Amino acid sequence: MSDQFEPKIVAFFCNWCTYLAADLAGTSRMKYAPNIRVIRLMCSGRVDPQFVFDAFAKGADAVLIGGCHPGDCHYQEGNYKALRRVHLLKRVLKEMGIEEDRFRLEWISASEGEKVRSVVNDMVAKVKALGPLRLTPRPFPQVIPAEPSALVAAMVMGGAQ
Amino acid sequence: MSKPKVGFYWCASCGGCEEAVVDLAEDILKVVAAVDIVFWPVALDFKRSDVEAMKDGEMAVCFVNGAIRTSEQEEMAHLMRRKSGLIVAFGSCSHLGGIPGLANMNDRESILRRVYRDVPSVANPDGTLPQERCEVPQGHLTLPQLYDSVSTLDQTIKVDYYLPGCPPPVKLIAEAVTAILEGKLPEPGSVLAPNVAMCDECPRKDSKPDKLLIGAFKRPHEILIDSEKCLLEQGLLCMGPVTRSGCGAACVSGNMPCTGCLGATDRVRDFGAKALSALASIADATDDTKIAQLMEGIVDPVGTFYRYSLPASSLYRRVQHDGNGDSRS
Repeated sequence: MSDQFEPKIVAFFCNWCTYLAADLAGTSRMKYAPNIRVIRLMCSGRVDPQFVFDAFAKGADAVLIGGCHPGDCHYQEGNYKALRRVHLLKRVLKEMGIEEDRFRLEWISASEGEKVRSVVNDMVAKVKALGPLRLTPRPFPQVIPAEPSALVAAMVMGGAQ
Repeated sequence: MSKPKVGFYWCASCGGCEEAVVDLAEDILKVVAAVDIVFWPVALDFKRSDVEAMKDGEMAVCFVNGAIRTSEQEEMAHLMRRKSGLIVAFGSCSHLGGIPGLANMNDRESILRRVYRDVPSVANPDGTLPQERCEVPQGHLTLPQLYDSVSTLDQTIKVDYYLPGCPPPVKLIAEAVTAILEGKLPEPGSVLAPNVAMCDECPRKDSKPDKLLIGAFKRPHEILIDSEKCLLEQGLLCMGPVTRSGCGAACVSGNMPCTGCLGATDRVRDFGAKALSALASIADATDDTKIAQLMEGIVDPVGTFYRYSLPASSLYRRVQHDGNGDSRS
């Protein structure tokens, strides 16, 4: 195993734009850092802030949200909701001691496979520079359910709010 | 048949929960008639040794309020657990961490420095800080350890039921006591309050527009609050949509926005995340600059959204970049 730190990045991509862009990057044989774990949701507006905190709490070093460009949302305004939440989330995460570069929102349309590559590579480089996110260990055993939690089940079900 | 034995204990709390028990008023006589109160440090002269002398499980139920913040509170929580059949986490602090839980934005050292040295009203020329052990001519004195992080009761011991609220509404306490006495308790682990949002019992419910959009977030002192209209519509940060009902909309009836003391309903795992989500979604702005400007109206996001629930949240506490936190037994 290499000594170099390989960050774990959880990426929430919307079904209609960014996920297709990631798909395009793949079919176009573009090479980019393998550090992201993509979770497909129907809309960036479906990214409940609970998912973001949960990802960090369960070991993600960074979280990336990808959605349609403003005005292009399949559900009219889901990405605006995402944008507003992200504004507040960034402030909360900063106050909680989580560096800004660990959380990012990007608008990536279905044709922008190249942008997936550049965003992911850039984010991986920045998070590598920061090092692992070391949450202060809890003084009690943290219960991580063995079965998929209701939250994960909800993520799998997808659907915009 | 002897009456069931009941205990009350307090950990990191303000005493408001004890007050809430007294607020049962005449009904407390019915409680006293039905049970034997065998431990209640704030009101009765029983000692820890009296509890230690009990058989395991001798108490039918113990109501524990307050968060867990010191080694003594942790020990007492374990003792109460051993001696009691049921443990009810009583009030926001034991349920979710409560106001003391906001200490998780800091750590032990900075809190002690602030409270005992830096506060302008403190006269402490030698800069003395509380010590766990101190030598005096008569021998040595000890104090419990203050932990770096505040925990909820159920992060410390197994909890059977939760009575939410800051303090728990009298109606919920009375219903819980009745349920215990009549043996009609719901499934273990339940919160003994309705599982719907506070808006459901809000007297202003009908004034809430179908599509709620907030053009500017306001703080209560900045506006003259209309006593009839939905507080969210007036731009106030009302936690009603994310908070569990059961309080009879007490704060809203007093013309102040809900602060979320009862915690969220069962479907929500992280109150603050959900509150943030709900309020951000109804902000009336779509471009970056306008959103940023609007969000500045929320002065203290963590203190607002996690006012009562930071230790129970996914992140539990602020990341300590220079420390490793507590090591507890």
